[in-house]
Amino acid sequence: MTMTVTESIITIAAVVLATMLTRFLPFILFPAGSRIPSVVRYLGQVLPFAVIGLLVVYCLKDAVFTELHALPDVISIAFIVLLHRLFHSMMLSVIGGTVCFMLLTQFVF
Amino acid sequence: MRSFCSPRFKKAFAAAFTCSLPICAAFCSIGFSYGFLMHSLGFSWIYPAAMSFLIYAGSMEFVTINLLLAPFSPLHAFLLGLMVNARHLFYGISMLERYGSCGWKKYYLIFGMCDETFSINSGVKLPEDIDRPLFMTLVTALNHCYWVSGAVAGALLGAVINFKAEGIEFMMTALFTSILLMQWDSTKEHRPAILGLGLSFICLLLFGPENFVLPAMGAVLGTMLLLQSKLDPVKQAQRAAVQTANAHPQPAPVLKEGR
Repeated sequence: MTMTVTESIITIAAVVLATMLTRFLPFILFPAGSRIPSVVRYLGQVLPFAVIGLLVVYCLKDAVFTELHALPDVISIAFIVLLHRLFHSMMLSVIGGTVCFMLLTQFVF
Repeated sequence: MRSFCSPRFKKAFAAAFTCSLPICAAFCSIGFSYGFLMHSLGFSWIYPAAMSFLIYAGSMEFVTINLLLAPFSPLHAFLLGLMVNARHLFYGISMLERYGSCGWKKYYLIFGMCDETFSINSGVKLPEDIDRPLFMTLVTALNHCYWVSGAVAGALLGAVINFKAEGIEFMMTALFTSILLMQWDSTKEHRPAILGLGLSFICLLLFGPENFVLPAMGAVLGTMLLLQSKLDPVKQAQRAAVQTANAHPQPAPVLKEGR
């Protein structure tokens, strides 16, 4: 850990505030019976898909610039895609992918 | 105390507990891994306990671990939180009436509206004799309980379980990758996912790992707004209707746009 306790409390508080804002805002902005603008409804449909893409890239952000250029990550992601195609189980994909990565970093690279 | 033993409460609790069982399995195990991950990165169990209780949004809690390990930047944390959790806005919109009519319970219901709780409370069909606000509150509270207990158990047992955890941080990547794959299968419209991946990756190369998140969020949001007429199914349907209405009388327009 690089932060002081106060800094980490502030960071967590910022995340809590943002999360609560996303949950409470609709109830504040649109009291029962009001019309919802079409752009809001549209963003609600497309953003979840785009944001997950951003999060995957966010996870790889440091690995891309290392000597291996995220090779273990890419192999493990390919393994997750394979597991997903075969079993369609999120739990299995997450565990399998993580174990694959751990084996690669501990024994191969 | 009497209200906890009333038949009305027992009935709602039985229904809520049954509905929440699949979530119990998922939340206990993902929560456990989350607590374990935080322990292996050197955090006290207080951190996963407080974060799982207060943030109570799975993916954002994993992202917050990274934020806590990065240089201090609360604004960045706040904006990332908004973006990652933006989907809640739309859960809220669809629950306006259902939660809005629950009196004092609505504050807790809105606070605890994570993906899984939303999916139960918005989708379930209840018999007439079950108190719906009470049922929804109990589902929210049970799921909240599963998640926090999982995280605390993971953090505490992390100290006891002894194995080489190097590489376990990949769990976050694995989680998001499999959510992406699940979402991919759920729709035929893959452009938002591809744009999210592509634009973020371009921004990562342009701005580097420390500074790419804000430009990436801006690029994703901006592109989505620009492409609304192409990506919005409602607008597409409207356009198709206009096109078929115009199709018959006019000859095809000749394109003259210079060059």
